Amino acid sequence: MAWRFKLAPDKTNFDFFRWQWVTFGGSLMLSVLAVIAWAVMGLNYGIDFKGGTTIRTESALEVDVGAYRDALQGLPLGDVSITEVFDTNFADDQNVTMIRIAAEDESQAVTPEQLGQVEEVLRAAIDPEMTFPSVETVGPKVSGELIWTSVLSLIVTSGAIMAYMWLRFEWQFGVGAVLALLHDVLITIGIFALFQIKFDLTIVAALLTILGYSINDTVVVFDRLRENLQKYKQMPLRDVMNLSVNETLARTLMTAVTTLLAVGAMLVFGGDVLRGFSLAIFIGVLFGTYSSVYVAKNIVLFIGLDRSEKPKNRGTPDDFANVDA
Amino acid sequence: MLQTPLWKRILIWATVALGMVLAAPNLFYSRVEGHNDAAKAVEAAGFATVEQQAALDQWPGWMPSGIVNLGLDLRGGAHLLAEVQVADVYKARMDGLWPQVRDVLRDARDQVGSVRRQAVQVPYELRVEIENEAGMAAAVEAVRTLASNVITLTGVGQSDIDVTAEGNVLIVQLSEAERDAVDQRTIQQSLEIIRTRVDTAGTREPTIQRQGADRILIQVPGIGSATELKALIGTTAKLSFNPVVRRGAAEDQTPGAGNISLPSMDEEGVWYTVEEVPVVSGEDLTNAKGDFDQNGRPAVSFQFDARGARAFGDYTAQNIGAPFAIVLDGEVISAPVIQSHIPGGSGIITGNFSVEEANRLAVLLSAGALPASMTFLEERTIGPELGQDSIDAGRVATLVAAGSVSLLMIASYGLFGVFAVVALAINMTLIFGVMSMIGATLTLPGIAGLVLTIGMAVDANVLIYERIRDELRAGARNAARAIELGFERALSAIVDANVTTLITAGVLFFLGAGPVRGFAVTLAIGIITSVFTAMNVTRLIVTFWYNRRKPKTLVI
Repeated sequence: MAWRFKLAPDKTNFDFFRWQWVTFGGSLMLSVLAVIAWAVMGLNYGIDFKGGTTIRTESALEVDVGAYRDALQGLPLGDVSITEVFDTNFADDQNVTMIRIAAEDESQAVTPEQLGQVEEVLRAAIDPEMTFPSVETVGPKVSGELIWTSVLSLIVTSGAIMAYMWLRFEWQFGVGAVLALLHDVLITIGIFALFQIKFDLTIVAALLTILGYSINDTVVVFDRLRENLQKYKQMPLRDVMNLSVNETLARTLMTAVTTLLAVGAMLVFGGDVLRGFSLAIFIGVLFGTYSSVYVAKNIVLFIGLDRSEKPKNRGTPDDFANVDA
Repeated sequence: MLQTPLWKRILIWATVALGMVLAAPNLFYSRVEGHNDAAKAVEAAGFATVEQQAALDQWPGWMPSGIVNLGLDLRGGAHLLAEVQVADVYKARMDGLWPQVRDVLRDARDQVGSVRRQAVQVPYELRVEIENEAGMAAAVEAVRTLASNVITLTGVGQSDIDVTAEGNVLIVQLSEAERDAVDQRTIQQSLEIIRTRVDTAGTREPTIQRQGADRILIQVPGIGSATELKALIGTTAKLSFNPVVRRGAAEDQTPGAGNISLPSMDEEGVWYTVEEVPVVSGEDLTNAKGDFDQNGRPAVSFQFDARGARAFGDYTAQNIGAPFAIVLDGEVISAPVIQSHIPGGSGIITGNFSVEEANRLAVLLSAGALPASMTFLEERTIGPELGQDSIDAGRVATLVAAGSVSLLMIASYGLFGVFAVVALAINMTLIFGVMSMIGATLTLPGIAGLVLTIGMAVDANVLIYERIRDELRAGARNAARAIELGFERALSAIVDANVTTLITAGVLFFLGAGPVRGFAVTLAIGIITSVFTAMNVTRLIVTFWYNRRKPKTLVI
C-alpha cells in the first residue's frame, strides 16, 4: 500500500451522538449568542445598506488617521469614519485608507461639490499627490431596497433548498438541512457583529454561497444515510446515522480542507477589497462542515423518521421511528 | 476491461477541445482586445487604417475572438444608477393641456360660466373649477373632445385622458394607458439620449440599460469619474429648425453671409446650406412622438410651446413649399418641405420613413433635451489602478489556491490525485471557454467564485475516489468493478449536492446586482463544468490508464 496523506483513518467508528449535549447544545447556544450579538451590537453596515459615500485614498505618506480627521473637521458633512487599510499586496509606499461619510437622512447622499471639497482638503492638508482610486455613493432609497432584496434572496434560497430536499429525500431531511444552514449563517452574522466587520452586499453573496456549500456537505451525508437506511432496515436510526457520518467522514474532511485552502488563499492573497467576502466564506465553511456532521442529522433524529414501507402500514403511530436519543 | 462507447469518448474530447479553443484568446488578452476593437472600427468605417490593420493582424481572423469581459470593478470606470422623474412629464403635459381646456370651455361659456385652474396634488391631474355647476355636463362633454387615442403597441383605442366631475370641479386625468405610454416613451427617450451622449465620448462598450420601471443603469469603462459621466449625460443636446438655402453633394465652401453648411445625419455625402439663425430651437419644443399622417403613413408629430408656436406659425405661413432643416448638434436630421401653414404650435413631419424610423426621429427630436430630470441613486468610480491591483491579487490567489489544492489531492490520492488535477485544469479552461462564448463579464467577486470553484470542484472527484475506496474495502470483485461502482454510486450524491448549489447561484443571479451577478455566473458555470469533468473527463482518464496498465490491485 502506497503512502497516502489521510485526514481521517480508513475506518472510523466515532459515536457522533455521544457528546451531543455538548456539540448540539453548543451549536444551539452559539446560534443564540450570535443572535444576541447581532441584536445588541448591530452590524456595521456598509453604504450598500445604509447609504452614504466611501472614498478610498492612496498616498505615499504614512497614514495618520487623526490628521485626516482634523483635515475633514471643518467640512459640513454627516458622520465621517476613517480606517486605514492593510494588505499584503500593497507596495511599501502604498498607504490606503477608507473614508466613509454617512448619508444625511432622505437627502441624496453626498453631492459632487462636497466630494470635490473632501478631495481638495485632503490634498491640501496631507499630501498633494494623494489619489482617490475609488469613490462610491449609494442613496438611501437604493440601500433600503438592497436590504429587502438581500433578505428575500436568503429566504427564497432556503425555501428552494428545502423544497428540493423534500423532493429528493423526506421532509424531515429538508427541515434538518435548512435549520443547519440557519445555524451556519447566524453564526457567521454573529461573528461579523461581534468584530464589527463591514457588512455589505458582497457579504450577503457570501452568506448565500455558504448556504450552497453547507447544503452540499449535508446532502452527501444524507445521501449515504438514505442508502444505508435501505441496506440496514433493522438497525436503529441513530446507529445508521453514525455509520453514515463515519463512512463519509473522509470525504467531508477532504472537501472542507480543499475549500478552506482555496478560500484561505483568497483571504491572504486576494486583496483587501474581497477580504470581508473571503472571511465570511471561510467562517461559513468551517461551521458548515461542523453542522453537517453534528447538527443536521440530530434534527432529523429529533423529528423522527418514518422508516416503514409506505404501501404496507399506513397511519399506525407505532411505525414511527424510535427516537432513542 | 472498462468500456466507454467510442461516440461518447469523441464527444467528450471534442467538448474539451472546443473549450480550449474558446478559452485560448484569453491568454492573449490585450492582443485579442486590440484585434476586436480594430475589427469593429473597420466594420463601421468600411476601410482599415495602417494602425488598425496592424491591430487586426495581431490575432488570426479564423480563431475565435470572444474574450471574457472585465467588469467595471476590474477595468476601472464609472457606474451610475439614475432614476428618471417621469412625473415631470405628466406635469408638463397637464400644463400644455390647460390652454386647450380653457379654450374649449370658453366656447361653452354661456353654460359653464367662468373657469379657474386649481392647484393639484397629483402630477397627472388638472382640476378646473367652473362657475355654474349646472353646466358641468356640457363642460365634461366639451373637454372630452380634446381626447385622442393612445398609440402604443398594446393599448390601441384607449383614450389618453379621463374627464370626470366632482361638484363644481372638473377633473382631467391622464388615463392609465396614457401614463404607461408616457413612461415608456420617457424612459426610451432618456436611454436614447444617454446612449447618444455616451457614444460621442467614444469609450469602449458602455452599458446603458433600463432597470425596473423608471431607472437607468449606466456603466462606462475607462471614464475618469462618475462626476465626469454625469456632466456628459446632463449636457442638453442642441436642436434647431433652420431655413434651408440649398442642398449639395459636398460641403459648401462659400455658404454666404449668415449661412452655414451642415452634413446630413443619415444620407451619406449630402450637405445642406442653412441660415445660421434658427426659426425655432430645441428649447421651444415640448413634445414629439411617432404618429401617422392622414394617409396612414408613419410620421412624427411635434409640439412647440407658445413662443415657439408663434414663431413657427409665422414662418410656415410665409414659406409653404420651401424646405426647412431639423438640425441636431451640427447635423441635419431631416429637411422636410413645409406642406401648409402650421398655426397651432403642433405639426407633423412626413417623409419616407418606416414606423421605426419615425419613432427614432421622434425620440431624437425630443432628445434635444432630456424629457425629464434624473436623480442619481448610486454613483461609483473605480480607478483603473485599483482594478489592475484586484486582477493581480486575484491571479496570485488563484495560483496559490490551485497549487495547494493540487498538492493535497496528489498527496491524498497519488496517481488518481494527478488525474483530478488534470481534470481541474481542464475544468478551469472550460469555465473560461464558456464565459468567452456567452460573453460573460468577470467581476471581482467573480474571481472569488473561480477560486471557490477550485476548492469545490475537486469535491466530485473526492466523492468518487472515496466511493471506489469503499467498494474496494467492501470487497468488489476486481479493480474494474470497484471503479465502475465508484463512479455509479457517487452520482446521486454529486447531482444532489450540485443542484442545491446551482439553486443558490440562480437566486444570486436573479436577485443580485452588478458584481454579485458576476459571481453567480462564474459559480454556476463552475458547477456545471466541474460535474462534467468529474463524471466524464476523469472517468475517461481513469479508464484509459486502467486499460493500458491492467493493474491487478488498485491503490487509490
